[in-house]
Amino acid sequence: MPEQHKLILKHADSPGYTPDIECYVRHGGYEALKKALGTAPRELPDGKKLSAQEVVREDVKASGLRGRGGAGFSAGLKWSFVDRRSGKPIYLICNADESEPGTFKDRQIIHKDPHQLVEGMIISCWANDVKLAYIYIRGEMPHGARLLEKALAEARAKNFLGKNILGTGYDLEIYVHRGAGAYICGEETGLIESLEGKRAYPRIKPPYFPAVLGLYMCPTIVNNVETLCHVKHIVTMGPAEYAKLGTPNNTGTRIVSLSGDVQKPGYFEIEVGKVTLGQLIFDANFGGGLKPGRSLKAIIPGGSSSKVLKAGEVFKLNRKGADGQMTKVDVPLLDLPYDFDSLQGAGTMSGSGAIIVMDDSRSMVDTLANLSEFYAHESCGQCTPCREGSLWMAKGLHRLAHGDGRKQDVEYLSHIAQNIQGRTICAFGEAAAWPVLSFVKKFKDEFVARGEADEAAKSAGPSRELKLAASPNPH
Amino acid sequence: MTFSVPSSLEAQLDELATHYPVKRSASLMFLHALQEHFGHITDEAIEWTARKLGLQPINVLELVTFYPMFRREKLGRTHVKVCRTLSCALAGSGELREHFCKKLGLDPHAHAPQTTPDGKFTVEFVECLADCGNAPVVLLNDDLLPKVSTAQADEIIAKGKGL
Ligand SMILES: Cc1cc2nc3c(=O)[nH]c(=O)nc-3n(C[C@H](O)[C@H](O)[C@H](O)COP(=O)(O)O)c2cc1C
Ligand code: SF4
Ligand code: FES
Repeated sequence: MPEQHKLILKHADSPGYTPDIECYVRHGGYEALKKALGTAPRELPDGKKLSAQEVVREDVKASGLRGRGGAGFSAGLKWSFVDRRSGKPIYLICNADESEPGTFKDRQIIHKDPHQLVEGMIISCWANDVKLAYIYIRGEMPHGARLLEKALAEARAKNFLGKNILGTGYDLEIYVHRGAGAYICGEETGLIESLEGKRAYPRIKPPYFPAVLGLYMCPTIVNNVETLCHVKHIVTMGPAEYAKLGTPNNTGTRIVSLSGDVQKPGYFEIEVGKVTLGQLIFDANFGGGLKPGRSLKAIIPGGSSSKVLKAGEVFKLNRKGADGQMTKVDVPLLDLPYDFDSLQGAGTMSGSGAIIVMDDSRSMVDTLANLSEFYAHESCGQCTPCREGSLWMAKGLHRLAHGDGRKQDVEYLSHIAQNIQGRTICAFGEAAAWPVLSFVKKFKDEFVARGEADEAAKSAGPSRELKLAASPNPH
Repeated sequence: MTFSVPSSLEAQLDELATHYPVKRSASLMFLHALQEHFGHITDEAIEWTARKLGLQPINVLELVTFYPMFRREKLGRTHVKVCRTLSCALAGSGELREHFCKKLGLDPHAHAPQTTPDGKFTVEFVECLADCGNAPVVLLNDDLLPKVSTAQADEIIAKGKGL
């Protein structure tokens, strides 16, 4: 039976482990920083010389680390896009907005082991010549913000942060910046605008790629909390050893947030791709199965923005055979390895690593109505398709969920969703459209049946009282 | 009531503004601190922030209207934020919020924040609080409460009434 592999959460839940620096240092904390600062320059076989910082950047690339915030983009590659010739300062921002519904992993790190994040950040800043960095934490985590501020002050007092860090001549400041309850601040360019003291309106890309035109129009790196923690372990273990964790192209560990209709909701750190969706939901080590007497209906595999998976689905995935040839194999839903590539192969994504499980007692209409309300509320309002479309979808679904549906609502909903995706400034448009498109496609019968039943009831008698609750959105 | 920011708070905010190469960046942090101190964001607080950061009041007002956590009206001393989003909804957060509303004489169908006439409670639905494994979740003032039952809701109400 597969087990958890605790790298990031190695200490977090141990009895007696506290978030202060003494405890962290007792457990080997800040040794990775010292190791990184002492990195020797490297000469490549072709005679090219790498500075100490370049060596660490190359190591992060070689480790295969992929971003844990949502997109799963190579961290090393992202760092390599940073414009280092502009002469402008380079900024680094830790994305601690954690607001993708279903996700509660960064919270564990911030509240239980904040110094791990701070150490990961200092190393990442040093490796990228960053002198000023921010932790953007969502407003609803006031205790987390205070813990981080305390951790930074402690690190400063021990000269891991501040001027002339550990006598190396390197200066770095990190500050905590609090958001104020808007989901769109998780999108990296919205986050940057918010950090500039403006509304979190995402910027259009191109030209505003953060690596070139980010915070204050300077090159900027935005990485998720968990991603930055991994950097510390890559330095400690070395990239080759780190890359042995997980599976090829899906290296390392990641923290999976599991919620919904399982016996034991919670967070589990696994080697990427070494545990299947079925094991995460059913094994006693993980979710412990469904509620008694229930069967599986649907899985949202990577945060609420990922496309839903339906019980019983079988996917055709590329697999490398013993002869090294790629072949297509049938993989049933529950046998999908939980990693970036397999979920993508199944037409969805592992996103923020958040799995939400629904059993057969759940109505997919009500579930989708709930999600759509989220997107209608959280659209920043810049792009017409997203602003209007997310509201129309929420209103349509609200009607359908409250006895005022129509047969053709399925077409209506997919039509709107199709007209949002690809026509917006940021990926929120897709995030709002994908749940609708996938639910309505995979559970079409259920949506049609609801609409038909409502129409039949209406034609049976006009006096039928509709139980419409207040409009879902105060917009 | 005349608006005045205590000097210790002002000093704290002046220090905060030094965290950023561009002062405007400090506006969210200013608003948090002022809301914490005054309970909500008044016109005077907006003007004061704008003056301190070299902005027009509209630059600050547009933040207050954009970010859900900033409030123009006085809030109840006990502020109950019930998570509305999927995992919590599956665990009964809709019923939980209704329970709060009914017990406090508030409209159980209204979505937006509601404050009791005695100013003791504000109840509202908020979006995912990033603790979905402990659904249903409530943010009670600054404290996150896991797996909140209706019995616990009654305790929160009883305690809040005494404040
Ligand atoms: C609508 C939207 C919301 C997002 N929310 C978050 C979030 O809460 N936390 C996060 O780390 N990334 C979030 N992201 C992804 C970020 O834009 C960005 O890709 C990420 O922080 C990069 O870090 P990584 O490469 O380390 O994953 C969001 C993206 C979108 C489009
Ligand atoms: S897609 Fe939506 S959230 Fe993104 S910028 Fe456009 S309106 Fe805003
Ligand atoms: S859905 Fe309620 S905390 Fe995430």
